[in-house]
Amino acid sequence: MRITQGTFSFLPDLTDEQISTQIAYAQKNGWAVNIEYTDDPHPRNTYWELWGQPMFDFKDPAAVMYELAECRKVFKGRAYIRLSAFDNTWGWESVRYSFIVDRPEEEPGFALDRQEVDGRSQRYTTRTYATDKPAGSRY
Amino acid sequence: MNVVTPPAKKGRYDAGVMKYKEMGYFDLDYVPKPTDILAVFRITPQDGVDADEAAAAVAGESSTATWTVVWTDRLTASERYRAKAYRVDPVPGAPGQWFAYIAYDLELFEPNSIVNLSASIIGNVFGFKPLKALRLEDMHLPIAYVKTYFGPPTGIVVERERLDKYGRPLLGATVKPKLGLSGRNYGRVVYEALKGGLDFTKDDENINSQNFMHWRDRFLYCMEAVNRAQASTGEIKGTYLNISAGDMEEIYERAEFAKELGSTIVMIDLVIGYSAIQSISKWCRRNDMILHLHRAGHSTYTRQKTHGVSFRVIAKWMRLAGVDHIHAGTVVGKLEGDPASTHGYYDICREQYNPQNLGNGLFFDQDWGGMRKLMPVASGGIHAGQMHLLLHHLGEDCVMQFGGGTIGHPHGIAAGATANRVALEAMIFARNEGRDYLNEGPDILARAAKSCRPLAQALDTWKDVTFDYASTDTPDFVPTTTAV
Repeated sequence: MRITQGTFSFLPDLTDEQISTQIAYAQKNGWAVNIEYTDDPHPRNTYWELWGQPMFDFKDPAAVMYELAECRKVFKGRAYIRLSAFDNTWGWESVRYSFIVDRPEEEPGFALDRQEVDGRSQRYTTRTYATDKPAGSRY
Repeated sequence: MNVVTPPAKKGRYDAGVMKYKEMGYFDLDYVPKPTDILAVFRITPQDGVDADEAAAAVAGESSTATWTVVWTDRLTASERYRAKAYRVDPVPGAPGQWFAYIAYDLELFEPNSIVNLSASIIGNVFGFKPLKALRLEDMHLPIAYVKTYFGPPTGIVVERERLDKYGRPLLGATVKPKLGLSGRNYGRVVYEALKGGLDFTKDDENINSQNFMHWRDRFLYCMEAVNRAQASTGEIKGTYLNISAGDMEEIYERAEFAKELGSTIVMIDLVIGYSAIQSISKWCRRNDMILHLHRAGHSTYTRQKTHGVSFRVIAKWMRLAGVDHIHAGTVVGKLEGDPASTHGYYDICREQYNPQNLGNGLFFDQDWGGMRKLMPVASGGIHAGQMHLLLHHLGEDCVMQFGGGTIGHPHGIAAGATANRVALEAMIFARNEGRDYLNEGPDILARAAKSCRPLAQALDTWKDVTFDYASTDTPDFVPTTTAV
């Protein structure tokens, strides 16, 4: 399966050149680009690991691409990596975009566990297959 | 010693009938206080009725006046409680119509009650015989009044954080046919649409609890579909479960069941009424629930220019009352919606401060005092081939709902959903890249369709569909030349 979280998951995988254009867009708007990675892509797993701090002062896409390359050296193929843009203007103070730039080669996806309760109701649990294994050895 | 001299002319409080203008409801020299609530009405007086007198009558009948002088006014600080018509302008290009500006003292209104506000401003005066027609065009709400409301329980920013969806409009579809599907078949549509790439599906306004599908059945099958789609995509999904019902107890019961089943969002119709809306908004705030409002019924009073209430006023009231989504027009779809007016509605929903903009129908500055923003929803007769136009007119923070444009896809519902999602992501990507997406839109879509068959099929199916009719409701104003 292909996890479709993020702003551009339905497009073909982005090239470095394409990723750069989106970083430039964030920087033009004064947003800080942030690199995050995880080996637990559960849709409710909000806090992916930070690769350094949000890059508040970077004005050049190449600087972010350098950091991304460093992150990939460690995690490429073994984790999901995403870029997000943070806007600290009043009334937003939140993420303005977020898209996946790297995926594990195999994406096993999720199981849907059910528990039958009260009459016809069910309690649903989405379970990440990969997290059956310990962190660090999932992909 | 008191010397009683008989009045030369009739006194203010002598019994009998008196012109509203002379009773204190008209004062062109009145300068509204920063705390006044302001309203602008479009008035169409009966033949022979003076516009100023008609404006004063509207001010009178929407505040303290009745048809005759009453001495009991003198038991009150009546001067303060009288609304004042302070400006009357002829409507440009519309003979026989005037814009009447009326100021109301803040003391006239109960805090945190749309019912009280609307009962005052539109409660009595719209049937007033000396007027042929009357329309409430816009209102200014002072920040002191705005702050008495809680506003949207979730708001755009928190909704995005909760759903983990950023940087693009959200995508939805209303399940069709809107009547007759059983719960089991209905859930199939939800599952296919969400699995294919939509974020939301939606009950229609009149899906409640009919013989063909009782509400509990719908909720159970829909949540099965939502959870299945969530697991197959790894994305948060939702379906607007319509909890509108005949009484508030039933609405709460349906809301509680939706929560129990893990729904992220519930929906109500505008016709449940303002008190019910404020009540369920409170419930949503307590229960981390996004609240979708379908503006069912609004066109009965918003569409005609001369009589009724403009939708911009309803949008303001609903931001105060506290909903998270509101249908606000598509510009390009099948339902009424002049582009300029629609931009005005979207600004009311999404901005923290609305400067006066007569071209978009905004008569007053409006400060929202930090109140949460609500997500406008574009629904009705839109399809993937219009993506560049939709993004241009409606921007990024909205829900685009492709009902027919998803379910009517020649290769099925999931394919329709995928087509819409790919079209949207391609357009956002192109915009961010700096391309002139409005003019290059068809080319951007055609390129995206090369690697997405469902999009190619959608573009082919609906390529010539447009709804190009003259709007019945457009702002009337004279563009002013700005000093350069």
